[in-house]
Amino acid sequence: MSHADDHQGTRRDFIYYATAGAGAVVTGAAVWPLVNQMNPSADVLALASIRVDISAIDPGTQLTVLWQGKPVFIRARTEEEIAAARAVDLSDLPDQNAENENSVVGADASDENRALSEDGVWLVQMGICTHLGCVPLGEQGEFGGWFCPCHGSHYDTAGRIRKGPAPRNLLVPVASFVDETTIQLG
Amino acid sequence: MSGIPHDHYEPKSNFTKGVESRLPIIGLLHTTLTAPTPKNLNWMWIWGIVLTFTLALQIATGIVLVMHYTPHVDMAFNSVEHIMRNVNGGHMIRYFHMNGASLFFLAVYIHMFRGLYYGSYKAPREITWIIGMLIYIMMMGAGFMGYVLPWGQMSFHGTAVITGLFGAIPFVGESLQTLLLGAGAVGQPALNRFFSLHYLLPFIIAGLVIVHIWAFHSTGNNNPTGVEVRRGSVAEAKKDTLPFWPYFVIKDLFALAIILTVFMAVVGFMPNYLGHPDNYIPANALATPSHIVPEWYFLPFYAILRAFTADVWVVQIVNFLSFGIIDAKFFGVLAMFGAIFVMALAPWLDTSSVRSGRFRPMFKWWFALLAVDFVVLMWVGAMPTDGIYPYISLLGATYWFAYFLIILPLLGVIEKPLTPPATIEDDFNAHYGPKTGGTAAKPAE
Amino acid sequence: MFRKLTLAAVLAVSASAAVAESEVHIEDFDFSFEGPFGSYDQNQLQRGLKIYTEICSACHGMELVAFRNLHDEGGPSLPEDQMRAYAAGFEVFDQSLDDGAGDYRAATPADKFPGSSLSNAPDLSLMAKSRAGFHGPYGTGLNQLFKGMGGAEYIASLMTGYEEAPECAPEDFEGSYNSAFAAGGFPESCIDDHGHHMVPGSWIAMGQPLYGEDLDFDDGHSNSLHHEAQDVAAFLMWAAEPKMMARKQAGLTGVIFLALLSVLLYLTNKRLWAPHKHKDD
Repeated sequence: MSHADDHQGTRRDFIYYATAGAGAVVTGAAVWPLVNQMNPSADVLALASIRVDISAIDPGTQLTVLWQGKPVFIRARTEEEIAAARAVDLSDLPDQNAENENSVVGADASDENRALSEDGVWLVQMGICTHLGCVPLGEQGEFGGWFCPCHGSHYDTAGRIRKGPAPRNLLVPVASFVDETTIQLG
Repeated sequence: MSGIPHDHYEPKSNFTKGVESRLPIIGLLHTTLTAPTPKNLNWMWIWGIVLTFTLALQIATGIVLVMHYTPHVDMAFNSVEHIMRNVNGGHMIRYFHMNGASLFFLAVYIHMFRGLYYGSYKAPREITWIIGMLIYIMMMGAGFMGYVLPWGQMSFHGTAVITGLFGAIPFVGESLQTLLLGAGAVGQPALNRFFSLHYLLPFIIAGLVIVHIWAFHSTGNNNPTGVEVRRGSVAEAKKDTLPFWPYFVIKDLFALAIILTVFMAVVGFMPNYLGHPDNYIPANALATPSHIVPEWYFLPFYAILRAFTADVWVVQIVNFLSFGIIDAKFFGVLAMFGAIFVMALAPWLDTSSVRSGRFRPMFKWWFALLAVDFVVLMWVGAMPTDGIYPYISLLGATYWFAYFLIILPLLGVIEKPLTPPATIEDDFNAHYGPKTGGTAAKPAE
Repeated sequence: MFRKLTLAAVLAVSASAAVAESEVHIEDFDFSFEGPFGSYDQNQLQRGLKIYTEICSACHGMELVAFRNLHDEGGPSLPEDQMRAYAAGFEVFDQSLDDGAGDYRAATPADKFPGSSLSNAPDLSLMAKSRAGFHGPYGTGLNQLFKGMGGAEYIASLMTGYEEAPECAPEDFEGSYNSAFAAGGFPESCIDDHGHHMVPGSWIAMGQPLYGEDLDFDDGHSNSLHHEAQDVAAFLMWAAEPKMMARKQAGLTGVIFLALLSVLLYLTNKRLWAPHKHKDD
């Protein structure tokens, strides 16, 4: 194999490397689909975002919808609830992070950072207690927000943890207004 | 492992010495990869690699398809469509698997006919040949059961027909068919178990492939001349052979790349050409497609199955002699399996003193006729059972048996073979010129 | 390939003992998606969708196609708001509503087209693929290969195949005469002494669905019978094979890469063996 002269050797090496490189590219291109097929399929992705009609939600009531197998609380808050939430001193909060997937990382847990609408009426959050995953009950607990019956976590009217074992505020999922009466989750 | 004298692996570093003394796996890989391979192998010797690759392709795509497939009579069809419509790249993966089966059988038939022409089945390679036949039978099983899984019209009614073959066996047939189906008819139990077995068989095939390779590494490859590699010494053997890596690996990969280019075009531009449109209709027990035709790769044997009808005198004689136990239906089943069985017996039916068909002037023509016969049977297997077609099937089936049972034994006696070259080196040099010393050969432009 | 030679036989469910199978007349329509580089015509698919919606869906269903697919690239590509509005025009039954009792609600993009409302009107999702089984000339299958003739041609031919019933047939013979349909009833009076059918096609249960000028298209395209038939056939081809564009693209990329690899491996192989071969082959 080694009886070629230098010039031939260079050319030979080039062809060998080019072939090995092309072979690696083709192999990679063939293997990738076998892995990618495990990613969520189109029908699953189609359910990753849903639209919710909120025209029937009166102030002081909430709608619980199932989204990707989990409950989501959509609440139209009253003036009092908003006022109570905005009156809280941030230093009183166990979790001072907004826990809002729509806001920038590290935003503080002020009510403005958690509510979906500017006026603070609409609050959208996952209905899953950050302690061990129970579904909290609305309009209950010491702070007039949510109360988790499993281990006694109290959330205020902005869904922030105030008392009990839960470590974090209720998560605010990715949500946006499509129009005045429709919210898109995801 | 190999019977051909070759250099053995000597571990050099302390690490490899340590590994080798505990598990001689590096030596095994080394021996396998550097297996001395006759240097005059022609392009018909590439199909083994193509088959190995296709097996890997089928297993890889198959495992992935199972992640989305549901073996239930109500959901199987829709889960396949879910793969085709929703799963990322699922349509390509499914089409690869579907057409991969065709590539598999195309390659195995060429591989088998290569063996038949060059006498690769003859001593001392009988075991390689028998293992190969086992692999082929397993492939047929896997192919058939895979075709059931999409649960379309052809899947459903094809299953009924094929399991009906077992029902033709006297006395035990009906119980055997019920055992296979797990019910009186094709339904959920059949689908579920065929799914299980379809997943299992490829791994059995993979195991048999390893034994197949082990067997011919022990005897050494056959080659187009049928002349054995000289085994007097390592130096002598090296004149007839080159190591498998890199010479034959690169050659085989080149051939594989060309075949895959064509395969890719089929998958990309006409993936349903080899399939049956009726299988895009969900299974319906109440409506039978007017023509149940197996996949193309089963057609030659399907033609043999249908060739022996009750009005053929051989069938009538056998029927009479067996007191009616062997009726036309059972005769057909026996003929179909017999057609594969006689092929497996080739090592003992071929009496010629010369191995390769290249040096057998009469054999060449009979062999060519066998290849034509195979294609004719494939064609007639898809034809209706009226008019001239039954006669063609019968003629084709008769020649198939005659070739193995009469012509092959007889030719060895009456044929005067040519003299093969003395060595593989002579054959190689006759094609490519003698080796001009060791160093600085003229540039091969 | 060889079993494809069975031709029209596949279609011919000749319930009667009549031996001869129907000859059918399938016209070779020129579709934009034929050939390795062909692609769906977005406007044509949208016209086909309109025909499907206003005419076919009265009896037929399309259970495997989701509304969201109408927005998919390579398909009709309806704008998202139009697709949502189209979906909302359908009602689907949702088991999760009304505390598990289930109720009807407006369909969302994730829902699928409704199924067939009649037992003898087959689902159209895969029709264009399950009717690709005619393979002329002389049963060689070459028309499919070289002219790209497949299920879409069949559907379009069926739509235009409704003709005046031939004189040999009794007045009250059930169904409508169609020169492209092989699997239907056939009157004994139209079979000659040799058992051959005197006219192509057979009698189909479906009444003539398209007559031409059945509806108007927003893009102003011709609504003659021939064009309507072609549009709805193209739409059903897309419904059956929505990933055709992606598939052809992957196929082309794969062929180019593998061809390149073949050339490189050829050169490598030649060079590798050169020291051992001393004569050009």
